[in-house]
Amino acid sequence: MQRRNFLLGVAALIALLPARVLAALWNKSAFESVRLNDASRYLDIDAEIPSADIQIIAPDRAENGAIVQVEVKSGIVNTEAIAIFVEKNPTPLIANFIFSNGAEPYVVTRIKMAETSDIKIVVKAGDRYFTNVKNVVVLENGCG
Amino acid sequence: MDNMKMRAQLKGDVVEVKVLMSHPMETGRRKDDFDRLIPAHFVQLLTATLNGKPVLEAQWGTGISKNPYLTFRLKGAKVGDIVAVTWHDNHGATATQDIAVTQA
Repeated sequence: MQRRNFLLGVAALIALLPARVLAALWNKSAFESVRLNDASRYLDIDAEIPSADIQIIAPDRAENGAIVQVEVKSGIVNTEAIAIFVEKNPTPLIANFIFSNGAEPYVVTRIKMAETSDIKIVVKAGDRYFTNVKNVVVLENGCG
Repeated sequence: MDNMKMRAQLKGDVVEVKVLMSHPMETGRRKDDFDRLIPAHFVQLLTATLNGKPVLEAQWGTGISKNPYLTFRLKGAKVGDIVAVTWHDNHGATATQDIAVTQA
């Protein structure tokens, strides 16, 4: 009986393991920040340099804030990561993409926008950070 | 939930990977018909590999749209190479899908 309980315990632990590993990876503080500056700080973003080498393709006006397609391409050498923020969302950090082994610094995804806001992109290259913004007018809020 | 649509096409010297996932991406701020909050339920982590080697790691918040869509590009991949994508959500659920690169 004891052995059986022990085995059940081990099985339960193994089942829990991926969730724990995940919790360690996911930047909870950054994603739960309600202010963009705090979210940036939790991602260790510092001294951002405005850069036109970050191309942001998103609509000027979005009919429905629930689905806004954003395309980001970084022309900055040694781009390691692209973070997407929506300044006026309840939690501004949307996503952080980290590239390696031949992945191009390029991403297309669809995001939610609560209201008209800047989409802010931050690119990490080595220990430097670069940024660009694109304003999107939202006609119907998408955070419900 | 485990349904993921993927395409990986070689265009010139770059492989373009498109992924469409099936997930509610609940923010935790929405209410149901009885005015009760619907708990947050969203993909937190997505990883992609090329022939088993990591190429992309994405951390997501609740601001990614329902049924997430993603395009990324890989250099140095060729026809027949295997691209795999795995996601994990905040409920501990996970899904994996892989696909071979084809010529566009």
